[in-house]
Amino acid sequence: PAAAAPVRARRGPAPARAGKEILLWEALREATDEEMERDPTVLVMGEDVGHYGGSYKVTYDLYKKFGEMRLLDTPIAENGFLGMGVGAAMTGLRPIVEGMNMGFLLLAFNQISNNCGMLHYTSGGQYKVPMVVRGPGGVGRQLGAEHSQRLESYFQSIPGVQLVACSTPRNAKALLKAAIRSDNPVIFFEHVLLYNVKGEVGGADEVQCLERAEVVRPGTDISIFTYSRMRYVVQQAVQTLVEKGYDPEVIDLVSLKPFDLETISQSIKKTHKVLIVEECMRTGGIGSSLSAIINEKYMEDLDCEVVRLSSQDVPTSYAYELEAATIVQADQVVDAVDKMCTGQKVAVGAF
Amino acid sequence: REKEREREMLGVWRVATREIFRGAPRGFRYQSQSAIPEGREKAMEQDRKMGSIVPHMEFFDAYANAPISRYRVMDQNGEISPGAEDPKVGKEMAVKMYKDMVRLHIMDGYLYDVQRQGRISFYMTNYGEEASHVGSAAALDSHDTVYGQYRESGVLMWRGFTIQQFMDQCYSNKDDVGKGRQMPVHYGSDKLCFQTISSPLSTQIPQATGYAYALKHSGSQNCVICYFGDGAASEGDFHAALNAAATLEAPVIFFCRNNQYAISTEVQEQYRGDGIASRGTGYGIEAIRVDGNDIWAVYNATKAARRTVVEE
Repeated sequence: PAAAAPVRARRGPAPARAGKEILLWEALREATDEEMERDPTVLVMGEDVGHYGGSYKVTYDLYKKFGEMRLLDTPIAENGFLGMGVGAAMTGLRPIVEGMNMGFLLLAFNQISNNCGMLHYTSGGQYKVPMVVRGPGGVGRQLGAEHSQRLESYFQSIPGVQLVACSTPRNAKALLKAAIRSDNPVIFFEHVLLYNVKGEVGGADEVQCLERAEVVRPGTDISIFTYSRMRYVVQQAVQTLVEKGYDPEVIDLVSLKPFDLETISQSIKKTHKVLIVEECMRTGGIGSSLSAIINEKYMEDLDCEVVRLSSQDVPTSYAYELEAATIVQADQVVDAVDKMCTGQKVAVGAF
Repeated sequence: REKEREREMLGVWRVATREIFRGAPRGFRYQSQSAIPEGREKAMEQDRKMGSIVPHMEFFDAYANAPISRYRVMDQNGEISPGAEDPKVGKEMAVKMYKDMVRLHIMDGYLYDVQRQGRISFYMTNYGEEASHVGSAAALDSHDTVYGQYRESGVLMWRGFTIQQFMDQCYSNKDDVGKGRQMPVHYGSDKLCFQTISSPLSTQIPQATGYAYALKHSGSQNCVICYFGDGAASEGDFHAALNAAATLEAPVIFFCRNNQYAISTEVQEQYRGDGIASRGTGYGIEAIRVDGNDIWAVYNATKAARRTVVEE
């Protein structure tokens, strides 16, 4: 009979309980918390990860539990602390290096490429680099060009690193746990706009295979390969497509390097049409690599050429309309599927 | 002693050359520095620059010297302190300085609220740093190029960027000089010699060195001023840029706005040396530490710095 209690914005993360719904950033925090508890060699380093709890709260209050050495606030020098992470990893520690924004990790490209990725090989297997490099990337809401970088396309050529992109709280938690436990260097892509996505997560023992794609929606008409935030754009388009009578299969790649060719090929053999929907730039993007592989290996299974919907090759503008015009929108996905399933050509960019 | 040293060096080089040529093909002759008179002179000079040779081991104590003193002209009542140089800017300029600082402060108040209301997506205030912007801007020539980080709006205001232009950029409308391409506070104006702000920290510092080098090359009487914060001075680009500027003797003033914080990171976690000013010696760059809240001190110091970089 009493009036409902006033709704207050939650200050910290929700308490842990398997099977409940939490936000994606809370899922990442839970994963970090559980792994740091389980293994004392796991630590986090980055800008403002300690007292501040991380700019997206992924390490919120963890320093109170694990101390300031394991939640290390570094000076502002990405090339410096990536190198520090590599050094720490070579001694047997398991650092999780957080880039405040993936775009800033471009400064650390040298360390990620020449050292993080290659040391296991160049040392003849004597040294492992069990690092996780994580951070938010992708096009947000008006963050300007330098804060909207999609580094998955720049990093994909580096030999020796694994690229993983999470998209739901469940896979974020399970994949981060797997990445931390992995002895290989993993670059873990989060998206700025997905931190507040709500969903169920698994318990402390649920880890997800880092090399497996996720079938989001089984179907028969067309295979739509996507990852990260574009998964939601595709799902939005699917609602319209289903109304129009189509039955698209949606696959979240998750593992951007290496591609899960088993899941990918099974899908192509079923539908015979491939549409890649990605947020990275068209030139040299994840789609361009995937398209080439599909072309080489599964040509006989294809009814038409692979179509890529990617962001345009321009710096991401700040103004709302300009930004929206450079990334893939749901209606473009609907249009592409429509055309592909009716034997028409899809208009793509100049390249 | 000079003779002794010379003999010592020649001896080392003779041994070195012998070692190197053990494997050298027949007929190959190496002209060592010690063998030619000019080379010997140069070697002696380089040796002189290196500091005396001592037999006792002594680590140079990083904290042996007192911290670099802070230059302040104005006392707490706004009067010129005894012994300090009165900049004597004159009433007109003093009033403009005051007006610009107050206008900046008020504009900040509005735009901060506007950001919190969600009407613009991003804003950086300049609270407390108005004197450092206006004092330094007033001491420069209007054609001196400015490279900023994102907290130098006072410099733009001094040079004549209008409130309308600030708003246009923050709202990213069609009148924005930057054509709606950059986040709020990422101002740029070619006309006012203020380079467009780029988000990642410290990218402007090596660019400032490059620009200064180009100015020197063209014989210009202008210089470059490069602003950055205490946190940004940790970035690799800072070190590369200062070192290069010193070796190139480029006409650039590096202006660090040390407000003791980088988001949540205090200076104790950012560095352990004596602030950013102490780094100048390492690169061979003259440095001064100034009270950034004292507009006369900032003005005097910037004027003197400008004179040094342009003339030397």
